[in-house]
Amino acid sequence: MLSPQEQARFETLILPHLDAAHNLARWLLRGGADAEDVVQEAMLRAYRFFHGFRGGDVRAWLLQIVRNTCFTWMQKNRHGKETDEFDEEVHGAPSPTPEALAIAADSRGRLTQALESLPSRSREIIVLRELEGCSYKEIAIITSTPIGTVMSTLSRARRQLQLALTGPANKESIHDL
Amino acid sequence: MICNRAGAVVHGYFDNELDAVSAAEFERHLEQCSDCVYALEDMEALRSSMGLAQLYEPAPASLRKKIAASLGSDRPVATVPSRPVWGWLAVAAAILVIAYASWRVTSLGRSGGYDTVLAAEIVDAHLRSLQPGHLTDVISTDQHTVKPWFDGKLDFSPPVQDFGDQGFPLQGGRIDVVHGRSVAALVYVRRNHFVNVFIWPTDEKDRASSSGSQQGYQWMEWRKEGMEFCAVSDAAPSALEQLQSLLASN
Repeated sequence: MLSPQEQARFETLILPHLDAAHNLARWLLRGGADAEDVVQEAMLRAYRFFHGFRGGDVRAWLLQIVRNTCFTWMQKNRHGKETDEFDEEVHGAPSPTPEALAIAADSRGRLTQALESLPSRSREIIVLRELEGCSYKEIAIITSTPIGTVMSTLSRARRQLQLALTGPANKESIHDL
Repeated sequence: MICNRAGAVVHGYFDNELDAVSAAEFERHLEQCSDCVYALEDMEALRSSMGLAQLYEPAPASLRKKIAASLGSDRPVATVPSRPVWGWLAVAAAILVIAYASWRVTSLGRSGGYDTVLAAEIVDAHLRSLQPGHLTDVISTDQHTVKPWFDGKLDFSPPVQDFGDQGFPLQGGRIDVVHGRSVAALVYVRRNHFVNVFIWPTDEKDRASSSGSQQGYQWMEWRKEGMEFCAVSDAAPSALEQLQSLLASN
């Protein structure tokens, strides 16, 4: 248990980043219901570890716990197509089928589908960059990944999302034609 | 994609992660490389589609309540005003002001390079500005609209410039009060984060920037040509540094 002062500090520092925690978990887990449970678990972990927080980037500290909780959860609840999720080479190509993309005709649907079809390591990096506005350094801290890998993963993920957006009939970027 | 710079460098440039020298070098390269120009345009198109698609998924109220309850707290759970959703922003700002006020009482004894009381006032003013209807008195992305708006309202003429092309579009301006005097406040947006730049005249000589953070808000202050500048935001410190160098170089 935290002392009342520490409890107050936790609430002031950590709780404001609940949206960031939820956004990351929702995209990593590809859904809302599981994300809520995992965020709750991550917040409790953060609460337990809080006395070990030595100051600094509090959002990065919390998101690190959130993503680790997500990955632990995914490993425990692994099924079917999730098993080789960590192998970026296997999942390097965009996977939504033309049929699936045709159903999701609007760009939100397309982007959601394209994001969810990315390998989780790419997905977390692009979500942290584009939705959460994290710097490369923050992403490197949160994901325990070298900055060089952050950059190469980001560039690959962007390419895949661009392909998904320009549509199945037009796999190449318009500028490359 | 043919140009071999179109890999990491173009992404680093797009994300403002290059140092000033590499960025300048890349800009020279851009003048003659259409591959890289197109790559940047594609990235910008992707970013704006992602922004328009509203993919950000904030925590639902039910989760917020559950977590507050599990922590044994009877206080509502605050949110960070990082996105312009005015409804909860007001609540968040109010909570942050209270949290900040209590922090400030304990922090006044601390010594720092920059006047801590002044820094505290600046962060206060930033939080105040995030309440609905308080951010801008003149809403315009056009520097030629914002600058004349200040005429006659202040006893000085603040430098006003839009940096939309550099990733810091001007949103507008307002008059604020810092340290008992009227100051100009320029509002820029960096992705989803608002940046307030407070400007007032000073008799003291130029000073290089110094920075600090309070309660998750970064501030950076400097003096140039008779003006005191202080920028404050919840954006990353690197973003504030970029804006500082843009403002200081003009």
